[in-house]
Amino acid sequence: MGNRAISSPRLFIECIVVIMSTGHVLLGLLAERPQHGYELKKEHDQRLAGAKPLAYGQVYATLQRLERDGFAEVAETRQEGGPERTLYAITEEGRAELERWLGTIEPPAPYVAGGLFARVAVAGKAADGYLVRQREAHLARMRELTAEKASGTPARVLAADYALQHLDADLRWIETALARMKEEGDHA
Amino acid sequence: MLEARGLSKSFGRARALDGVSVEIAPGEVVAVTGPSGAGKSTLLHCLAGVLRPESGEVVLDGRRIDTLGEAELTALRRQSFGIVFQFGELVPELSAVENVALPLLFNRHGRGEAMAAAAEWLERLEVADCADQRIGELSGGQRQRVAVARALVTGPRVVFADEPTGALDTLGGEQVMTAMLGAARAGGAAVVLVTHDNRVAAYADREITLRDGAVLAGVNP
Repeated sequence: MGNRAISSPRLFIECIVVIMSTGHVLLGLLAERPQHGYELKKEHDQRLAGAKPLAYGQVYATLQRLERDGFAEVAETRQEGGPERTLYAITEEGRAELERWLGTIEPPAPYVAGGLFARVAVAGKAADGYLVRQREAHLARMRELTAEKASGTPARVLAADYALQHLDADLRWIETALARMKEEGDHA
Repeated sequence: MLEARGLSKSFGRARALDGVSVEIAPGEVVAVTGPSGAGKSTLLHCLAGVLRPESGEVVLDGRRIDTLGEAELTALRRQSFGIVFQFGELVPELSAVENVALPLLFNRHGRGEAMAAAAEWLERLEVADCADQRIGELSGGQRQRVAVARALVTGPRVVFADEPTGALDTLGGEQVMTAMLGAARAGGAAVVLVTHDNRVAAYADREITLRDGAVLAGVNP
């Protein structure tokens, strides 16, 4: 985001983890219409079906940060008997930031760091049995996701597709690894 | 309902199946997976009575079918089994509706009755518009739906599908799978699905994994 946010390494990491994802998603939702924190949370969870639901604390912390950076502003504060309700709106600067983010490509993951790969790297050929069990667990999850797709909303179907194709990539790697181990075993 | 006990089959010196036992329950959807050359298609063809195993037996509803004579086996296949191949294997000289009617005509149903039933199946699989078109005029997805209709028109006990989405893109494959499994479930048919695609295998209730002609131990839920 703006240079102001990248003032220390810790803040920089926080930027990547929190603002680079949630902040931009909230900006995208605010670009459609001004909303309360509560609405933003609901809309986020619905649109990013399959992602971890957003905690209220995170919604408000992110909104404050967006406000501080000039990307969002308070459009209205109202208190009718209940708790104070703040309506947030996107600013022109916020729209420009959102445009920038939407046009930026995600860097293709440069290295492999999953627990699946780490186990095989440590165990070597002895990982054979583990891989067969992991394969079964992956497939069981793929069956669940496939069943969910039959009755899901369009957002859920998109999320399930995303999960299914990533699990499938893992599975294809598992199968290749098993075939390589077998080949090495045959030649040994 | 359909059971294989200790099936073995070789082609020349290559052993395709090595003592494979599987059991398919009525209405169940089972994926047969495994790397190329693991014996998937050979198992499917033995179960479907297309190939005869060298040893072991295939039993349908308590009746041994691998020892039946050719004529009896052909009749049983036409009545109890439906097959969907990767490339449809439809008759190019006939229209879509005639292709679907074919198994009924072989089973000695009248032409009018067969054509009406075929048209109804095309409607169910949402390809009624293609009824009078030749196979060459259809898209890959439409062809596979016609092949599914042809496999289900006789009300089979088991539908065998060998890489039914192998020639289709992701969404086309998804539509064919949904159509095939929906139609099979509605008719109470079991489905044995050979695939090397995990996303297709995920449609099944369970999976049988073959490796080097044998069932891989410990992977079946």
